[in-house]
Amino acid sequence: MSILIDADTTFIVQGITGREAVNLVKECLDYGAGAKIVGGVTPGRKGRDVHGVPVFDTVAQCVEHHRGPIDGSVVTGPPAFTKDAVFEALQNGIKLVVIVTERIPRGDVAQMVELAAEREARIIGPNCLGGIVPDVIKMGGIGGPARDAAKSYTPGTVGVISRSGGMTTEMSSTLTAAGLGQSTAVSIGGDAIIGSSYAELMPLFEADPQTEAIVIYTEPGGRMEAELARYVTENDSRLPIVAFMAGRFMDEMPGMSFGHAGTIVEGKEDTATEKIARLAQAGIVVAEEISVIPDIVKDKLGARV
Amino acid sequence: MRFFEYESRATVAKAGIPITKQGFAETPEEARRIAEQIGGPVVIKSQVLSGGRMKAGGVKFADTPDEAAGHAERILELEIGGHVPRGVLVDDRADVKHEYYAGVVWDGIRKLPVILFSDMGGIDIEEVAENHPDHVARAHFSTLRPFSDWQAKQLISSLGVTGSALNRLTPILARLARLFLSYDMTLAEINPLGELTDGAFVALDAHMDMENEARPRQKELLHELGVGDEETRQAREPTPFELAGEQVDAMDHRGVAGNVTEFDGNLGLVIGAGGGSLTLFDAVRAQGGKPANYCEIGGNPSVRKACGLAKLVLQKPGVQRIAVMMSIVSNTRVDIVARGVIRACVELGHDPAEKIAIFRIPGAWEEEGFKILERYGIEYADRSVSLHEAARRAVEKIQGANGAGAEGDQFRQTTAEIGSETDV
Repeated sequence: MSILIDADTTFIVQGITGREAVNLVKECLDYGAGAKIVGGVTPGRKGRDVHGVPVFDTVAQCVEHHRGPIDGSVVTGPPAFTKDAVFEALQNGIKLVVIVTERIPRGDVAQMVELAAEREARIIGPNCLGGIVPDVIKMGGIGGPARDAAKSYTPGTVGVISRSGGMTTEMSSTLTAAGLGQSTAVSIGGDAIIGSSYAELMPLFEADPQTEAIVIYTEPGGRMEAELARYVTENDSRLPIVAFMAGRFMDEMPGMSFGHAGTIVEGKEDTATEKIARLAQAGIVVAEEISVIPDIVKDKLGARV
Repeated sequence: MRFFEYESRATVAKAGIPITKQGFAETPEEARRIAEQIGGPVVIKSQVLSGGRMKAGGVKFADTPDEAAGHAERILELEIGGHVPRGVLVDDRADVKHEYYAGVVWDGIRKLPVILFSDMGGIDIEEVAENHPDHVARAHFSTLRPFSDWQAKQLISSLGVTGSALNRLTPILARLARLFLSYDMTLAEINPLGELTDGAFVALDAHMDMENEARPRQKELLHELGVGDEETRQAREPTPFELAGEQVDAMDHRGVAGNVTEFDGNLGLVIGAGGGSLTLFDAVRAQGGKPANYCEIGGNPSVRKACGLAKLVLQKPGVQRIAVMMSIVSNTRVDIVARGVIRACVELGHDPAEKIAIFRIPGAWEEEGFKILERYGIEYADRSVSLHEAARRAVEKIQGANGAGAEGDQFRQTTAEIGSETDV
């Protein structure tokens, strides 16, 4: 089992003829059982194809061509057009939207998230690489070309959630090397407002029988870690969580942003120090470096049996 | 990006919220003229992007234009929190009966804007929230539907405010909420929001912060306020080294090789991507290393850009070696970064094997990359070496080299084999 996506997930790619989108389509088609990319949208390019995926002018045309509802969409393209593309996907019945684009102003992201909530849909990102179920499917650029993704990700029992796309792969690769596979790995995005936070994905992992532990990558900025700590404390989660916190040096540099737009220390609660304390209070182990994560996970899993 | 008070007040006024008579002055003479026009007691306020102006002596009261000019002269020369003021605001000294607070910020967890109101203005809202929670009202509001006046009215009345105060405050808060969204602010605050003895309400001070990502679409407002494209308004002004880093990143539009931040260590860092850079910078420091800089490589930058970044770091005074490290890459190409950093060493007359303490970038095109590195005798590592271990090896080399005091021989080699751009 997995969360969000599986072998049967159908999706489209909006902005499909862009350079990075073309690569992404190839990567997803090549990976695992091969993603079911049922169409793509670039206005004015109807009739073309990208690695065999038909291109349309509108999402409605994709749905019509597919003769039924489509599960998801990967939205690429410039920030100024993203909100409109996401609205189009949501209004055409798409329930899972992965937003790759970065540098989208928060006002736009909030509108997308609000509309998604009204349509009972979910947004992953923006500024993310999507999700991967090892050897089965990847939706987004996560892990890169199929051959590279296969080196880093293997099937298993650890759920991975990360605010950094690259670090999703770095951590999964470390788990893989230690014999710990992943159930699903999700790059949730590095912005201040994102569609799905740690705490919002936890119930999905909780309900997934394959998942036995969670590994997260976190950064300074925002209140998402505090939200996770609260979730864990209030819900008596069955899943042990191991966290890695990067950007500790930022505590000394308030008001500056490094790495991702969302990493800015605006108040005491945003600091790495404060977050580590909060996570620890909730029983979440914060690893000093990534290489020790597999042993901590094994320890936690062993202790439960 | 932060706005100065005079810009924030102008923005508030543009949104239809009353402000006191005022003017921005860069010289004591201008301050005098504005004080004359206002024609009464004024307040002279330092215009700096820093808090604690009152405490630092950056706010003074004047009864006459002469006094205003005198205060302006002193305040213009007064550094506050390390910042030289851009000018002074000469502000009508209003007869204030009561001070309120109104502000709008984002709630990243609810993913909605939240509007705050307090009948205890003039002090820090966080302090009020902590010590007098019953004097702060807050309400989240939709970004999809227009903000309606009743939402402001309901918020204000929840603190027991009624009568003409309620009716005069309502449109002010509603306009502030709309301003927040339409100008892509991340903070829009009026504090204090003054009730004058004649019953009028005016914004006595304002604080605005705009999202950097929104600057392209807010050009009109920025132009009107006179904010130049070159003004970063970061917490710290960029150094010449950092500005040079921006130029490297602007060489072409392919990928990222920038976000350079200056530190004063001896180990130059050519690192990436976003999360990888954060992890690696911490790792170097955790190993006792002293980074000379922070930077980020992301996407798929050209050889030229990777070379430019490495050169910039190599030439920074005090840099003894560079460490080239990234988390596993899927988009960035290992071979391209390898070519870039080697070319930088060679063009500057260094032996790449000597100058590059370690190269740890696993991922896309790693076989090609590792082949090139091997040819130059550069120590490299694949994914089996953790980020922290790579950082440790780099730090060890720097410390070892300092012990031996060895300086590498001048090294020149044809750049032909690393000179070709092989980007797809």
